[in-house]
Amino acid sequence: MNFHEPHIEYAGISPIIALTVGFVVVLLTAVFKPVRRTAPALTFLTLATTAGLLIWQWGESKELITGALQLDDLAISISLIAILTAAACVLLSVRETASEEAGSGEYHALLIGSVLGMVLLTQASNLVTFFVALETLSIPLYILCATDLRREGSLESGLKYLIVGSLGSATLLYGMAFLYGGTGSTDFAGIATGIAHNGMLGDPLILVGIAMCAVGLAFKTSIAPFHQWTPDVYQGAPTPITSFMAVATKAAAFAVFLRFFDVALGPQVDQWAPALAVLAALSIVVGNVGALGQDSLKRMLGYSGVAQAGYMMGGVVVATEKGTSSLIFYLAAYAFMNLAAFAVIIARERETPYGDSYRAIQGLGAEKPWLAWPLTISMLALAGLPATAGFIGKLYLIEALVEGDYTWLAVFIAVGTMISLAYYLRVVAAMWMRPAGETAAGATPAIAGASSEADPIDTEAGGRIYLLAPAVLAAAATVFFGIIPQPLVDFAAHAGASLF
Amino acid sequence: MINALLWAPLAFGIVGLFLPKRATGWWAVLGTLVTLGIAISMVTGFDSGSSGLQDTVDISWISGLGVDYSLGIDGLNLFLIVLTSLLWLGGTAFAAFRPQEKPQLFFFLMLVAETATLGSFLAQDLLLFVLFFDFMLVPFYFLFGAWGSDRVGGPTAAAATMKMIVYTLIGSLLMLVGAIATAIISADGGHLTFSIAAIQQQGLGVDSQRWIFWFFAAAFLVKMPAFLLHGWMPDAYRAAPLPVLVVFSGVLAKVGAYGFLRIVLPLFPAATVEFQTVILVIALASILYGSVMAFTQTNVRLIAGYSSVAQLGFITAGIFALRADGSDGAILQMVNHGLVVAPIFIIVAILYERTGTEDIREMGGMALRAPVLAALFLIVSLATLAMPGSANFIGEFYILNGLFESKIVFAFVAISGVAMSAYYALRMYQRTMHNRKPDGIASREIGLRDGLVLAPLVLCILGLALYPQLILHRTAPTVQQTIAKVTGGQAPEAQLAQK
Repeated sequence: MNFHEPHIEYAGISPIIALTVGFVVVLLTAVFKPVRRTAPALTFLTLATTAGLLIWQWGESKELITGALQLDDLAISISLIAILTAAACVLLSVRETASEEAGSGEYHALLIGSVLGMVLLTQASNLVTFFVALETLSIPLYILCATDLRREGSLESGLKYLIVGSLGSATLLYGMAFLYGGTGSTDFAGIATGIAHNGMLGDPLILVGIAMCAVGLAFKTSIAPFHQWTPDVYQGAPTPITSFMAVATKAAAFAVFLRFFDVALGPQVDQWAPALAVLAALSIVVGNVGALGQDSLKRMLGYSGVAQAGYMMGGVVVATEKGTSSLIFYLAAYAFMNLAAFAVIIARERETPYGDSYRAIQGLGAEKPWLAWPLTISMLALAGLPATAGFIGKLYLIEALVEGDYTWLAVFIAVGTMISLAYYLRVVAAMWMRPAGETAAGATPAIAGASSEADPIDTEAGGRIYLLAPAVLAAAATVFFGIIPQPLVDFAAHAGASLF
Repeated sequence: MINALLWAPLAFGIVGLFLPKRATGWWAVLGTLVTLGIAISMVTGFDSGSSGLQDTVDISWISGLGVDYSLGIDGLNLFLIVLTSLLWLGGTAFAAFRPQEKPQLFFFLMLVAETATLGSFLAQDLLLFVLFFDFMLVPFYFLFGAWGSDRVGGPTAAAATMKMIVYTLIGSLLMLVGAIATAIISADGGHLTFSIAAIQQQGLGVDSQRWIFWFFAAAFLVKMPAFLLHGWMPDAYRAAPLPVLVVFSGVLAKVGAYGFLRIVLPLFPAATVEFQTVILVIALASILYGSVMAFTQTNVRLIAGYSSVAQLGFITAGIFALRADGSDGAILQMVNHGLVVAPIFIIVAILYERTGTEDIREMGGMALRAPVLAALFLIVSLATLAMPGSANFIGEFYILNGLFESKIVFAFVAISGVAMSAYYALRMYQRTMHNRKPDGIASREIGLRDGLVLAPLVLCILGLALYPQLILHRTAPTVQQTIAKVTGGQAPEAQLAQK
């Protein structure tokens, strides 16, 4: 029996190698005391190298490791979005109690580990790599959510995420087993042939398998009704981690959605798309209505993330090149909008005793315009108002939906956006239309999600470059791509074209 | 030229952010003055014989999505642009004479709003129009919310503004979907474009027209506001700072009416004919409701606000007469109404400074020591009630004439609106200027600087009364062409004998 060494394309897996090396090196810094402080810098270096390698591979389309991974512009674009978010997370974590308590080396190594999972996930074209990548992504996040060791909320968040996440993973794995049973293959391509042979509705085994896979993925993208963990986990986790989770996890999970449904199950689109469209519509309603009454900004953004995931799902539902491109565009825009918001929230968490409640940002417009503007722009963009990337993103999505004969879902997006104004503009109103919150002694401390007793207050936090730079840059990018969207549209169109 | 017109306010606004507090107001006035200068120069350079677009700019903006940066002027928008820049000059100057909180931001937002409004008048690309139309709300949201006044026993400025935004965006967001659907359906798998002219050429199936018509109509009717969709108006008008209300009431309502002429009539002709009666009913309901409310209200802002509802009802009725004279009259009336409602709000602000109230029951006798103010107000009031000899009379006459020719029953109802306008306009004038002067109110003449703001506006009213052909002459060719497309190219009956 001859053993053939599998063909490995080293150039293609170089980003994965870079991340793996970075992971080990950063973890080792935790062991050697003199170099402990270098962890953030090394993480940054790792992410930059990976991004560089990915950009180098831009335009390639090839199978890696005998069909286990598929490197194309879709994978690269979504990986870049994840890396961008991770890099921002490193900056936002500077002086964060969570990273200091859990150990800077471990914290950052876990972050890299999660990014590694994401990069793998965007390329996965086989059930086994898909699952392994998803777990590589998730397990570090379970831990990261709980790194703010002294806060009960953080531990609770980590535990909740672990339980719900495992449930999602288990569902997914179960579904995969069904799929394998029904089609006799773990390859997306092989599954596609198997289904084409038997028909999707004909074989209950396959149907249940696909449904369970969709549910598992819906957990990760926080699509309703599988979103219940989102607000709790978002609120409890250390805020930099929340910002990373909100964008990067969603982006990576959507990559699989695209690869699995739009490509492997592409021919059966008429059978699965209506079901996903209903989930999308449900998410839009549940997310937007849920966000209305929230008093914690992170919780509000959690629910808003559910709604936004519903909008983005539209890009999957139509299963066209334009749908994919619009989804990529929206993800990129969403990354900028969310980063700006979270950076400001982190600054206020450190500056005021009010944590992430609305109170923390009251009167911010008069007090610290440099912080108020990014958050304002972010909220207006999330609400889809013109002159922001959020508007162009919605335009792109709606165009794809109407072209794909899903005008009713486009109307849902419009209606959802209307509801969303109520809570996004509430933030803006709190900043600009109310006098500064009374910071007199004896004011109510510690609203849910923050603890004033433990965290020292740094009144100058908002002025520190590692918080101000991400906030201002992300907001600037949001406006820039709202006025000159062509570069980002080209980027998204490229990525979308590589899938079909 | 057209680019300069559109972006000049924004450019001045951005520079103004970095000027010292005292200078920024005057800088903004200069910005609006320059804009007005450009607008006037466009009128002089306008070829009044042509019905097509002039001074066009057309650059691909987002090629992947089929959106172009495309601007142009024709008979429909020419004078609305002049009106916009004129009222913005008035509103900005009026604000510059008074101390403002955070003046840099205030004037920046005012100028951003001007660019957004001009943009929605100039846009010749459907999506660009939607973009500017929606974007207009952003500066006004901040201006109303942050500089507005909280009402005792009523909603705060922020809450009132919120209501306005939600109301108006409900229409606008549906319009976004409608606009995209229009482009995609009319392209029919071919090259996707949002150019209004191109979509008009490609045409749209009647079934699609039916539902898309309402998506657009909703947006425009809320903006005006029309009866049943006006719920945001009373709270927002009471909360808004007066200099902002001058431009808001004077110009923004017209964007809705203009949208019917620019987009709905040319792109959805079949649906327009089909739903003509429905819209006319809404328009008449607005006239009646607005008029009745205007003479029961005691707050001067609301009297002006509800009278606007009635006037916009008139304008809508004129457009949906679907005759050239009706639409000619509608455009003239849009300018006229802007020119009367802006001075009214300026006078309201002046009165408030002298009496400390906006309730006409607590005012009176102001004319005693302020004959000039009273005279100016009288001219404005007489114009509001469409006194024969005023341009408003001619505008309403054209509208009613169009309506008579097409739907005679509606015309009879609409005429009652004219009668009622006399009542509420004179009531407001008398209760503020005449009657016994209550104690504690100083009757003081209008200051020189406020006079400088008010007098030119009143002069424009007088000028138009003498020479309405200035507008009618230039709008007629475009209007004729627009209407001809709806009515299937039948030659409109002989034009009204020119006055």
